[in-house]
Amino acid sequence: MYWIALKMLFGDRVKFVTLLVGLSFSVLLITQQGSIFCGLMKRTSATIFNTGAPVWVSDARIRSVDDVKPLQDTDLPRVRSVTGVQYALPLLFRITQAQLPSGDSENILLVGVDEQALIGIPQAVRQGNLSRLNQPEAVAVDDSSLEKLGNPGLNSTFEINDKRARITAIVGAKRSFFAYPYVYTTFSRALEYMPRQRKLMSFVLAYPKPGISAERLALQIERETGLGAFTEEEFLWHTIGYYMKNTGIPINFGITIFLGLLVGAAISAQTFYAFVMENMRQFGTFKAIGVGNGTLIRMIFLQSSTVSIMGYGIGVGLLALFASRIPPNGVVAFYTPWQLLAIAFVFIVVISVFASLVAGWRVLRIEPAIVFRG
Amino acid sequence: MANSNGAFSPEKKQTQASAGITLQQVTKSFGDGEVRNQVLFDIDLQVNTGCLSLLIGPSGCGKTTLISIIAGILNADSGCIEIFGERLDRMSDGQKTAFRKKNIGFIFQQFNLVPTLTALENVAIPLFAQHVPRNKALDRAAEMLAHVGLAERAQFMPKQLSGGQQQRVAIARALVSQPKLLVCDEPTASLDGQTGHAVMGLLKSVSVDAHRCVIVVTHDNRIYEFGDSQIQMEDGRIQSIQTLSHAR
Repeated sequence: MYWIALKMLFGDRVKFVTLLVGLSFSVLLITQQGSIFCGLMKRTSATIFNTGAPVWVSDARIRSVDDVKPLQDTDLPRVRSVTGVQYALPLLFRITQAQLPSGDSENILLVGVDEQALIGIPQAVRQGNLSRLNQPEAVAVDDSSLEKLGNPGLNSTFEINDKRARITAIVGAKRSFFAYPYVYTTFSRALEYMPRQRKLMSFVLAYPKPGISAERLALQIERETGLGAFTEEEFLWHTIGYYMKNTGIPINFGITIFLGLLVGAAISAQTFYAFVMENMRQFGTFKAIGVGNGTLIRMIFLQSSTVSIMGYGIGVGLLALFASRIPPNGVVAFYTPWQLLAIAFVFIVVISVFASLVAGWRVLRIEPAIVFRG
Repeated sequence: MANSNGAFSPEKKQTQASAGITLQQVTKSFGDGEVRNQVLFDIDLQVNTGCLSLLIGPSGCGKTTLISIIAGILNADSGCIEIFGERLDRMSDGQKTAFRKKNIGFIFQQFNLVPTLTALENVAIPLFAQHVPRNKALDRAAEMLAHVGLAERAQFMPKQLSGGQQQRVAIARALVSQPKLLVCDEPTASLDGQTGHAVMGLLKSVSVDAHRCVIVVTHDNRIYEFGDSQIQMEDGRIQSIQTLSHAR
């Protein structure tokens, strides 16, 4: 009988295609909008990814990586003295402005790293050499937002707060949430670029001794210094959480995703329901000739799950096609975690079960005597 | 076995007839309270095997309700319903479903073929319902299609067949599982006179089996000649049961 159920499904081509289109479009909408949302959220933590430190130490009240609350200079040796710290390095991170040779000005993310270790700069060097950062006026820029700096080459110059900066390296970094270019230099030179303030150190990057986990070290630092300490993953979710709570991004995307769910569910469930209703006489005939209710329900579930899984496959396929057309690290933020695909699959299963239950309930309620009505 | 019209030649298998269907004091009503409408009143009926019985009467007299109860697809309010020795009125819905699967074949006015299945697949449906392996079921369905003279139409879809051919497919579907009781609701109503005669000839030929009852509900007086007996109904009651002398 299950084979008959599939032939009934595939045989009604108009309804079958309508069901497939509805489900595929719904899955595409959910996963595509979800991927852009995840991509944007991931970009809020681009600085954390680009820096790559296991433990971030900051003011305990910090809300996100962009919400810099500067530390005192004395905090660096305090962190270094914590049990379990192998070494700790200062990091300066500020949004400031660059004056371009064209006369335009552009916001940049200035990152100052320890001059000896140069830790905190992405290691994917596209052009030039990071070792030249110790030369006067030397900076490295990231390649994801070069156009904002006028597509400069090596040895091009621009100014940061009226002080000249010369590009000695171009590195590959993840694009920031605001698409501001990252400008990397040594910590001491970054201090020169910034107006003089009492506190300038943004973070301390701490590295654990062998055998000590990042989680344990973060707890140890918090306990011994009273500062905030986060593992890379904790800081990432802390930052994402801040943007989720304090921006309209989740709501805006949520509305679109919800509409996708609603449209998909409505189209699919309604079309499937109509499909079953149109076949009610056939189901009545099956019932009359002795097909049990359990078999009928399983036939309906097989039909709905088959079309749902096919719709899911096509939707994800279209998503992959869409994703393949997006340049990596380009303007469009796009990231598809497996959890998003799992959520879309759960949605499809829910739709499938829901449609089966509604349609199945009607089939169970039909009297087989319906078959004698003309 | 099929003649040039695709109809069976009567088989000489009839032996001694016995009671296939026995109804005693069967009543049925629909609705409750003020809207309660009694459609069957104390029906007593006996239908023997090996014959084709016509159930006739004006619209709304309860014919369809009666065959629905006989076929086990509608519950009576009261009374005894015995089909081939088994008390249908004492069975649960599940038991009735199993009983129908094993013992009853249906033929409908609108054929009720599945439009997305071929004629062969439609015929095989009762066998699939009985979990007969697919190839075996299709082989038996092909044999039955050949019996009704549609071997060459096996791979046709229902919409590619004429009304008479569709009804013959429906008859093949009803017979493929060798049911003891064949219940036919207005089998010729959608057919022209000649095709209707061919279909009735086919039903007549299968009714001669001593282990089978065929009941045909009809308004069509052109086919009365095929009946071995006529059960006349009116206003929910059986007015008369007449054994026809022309029978066989």
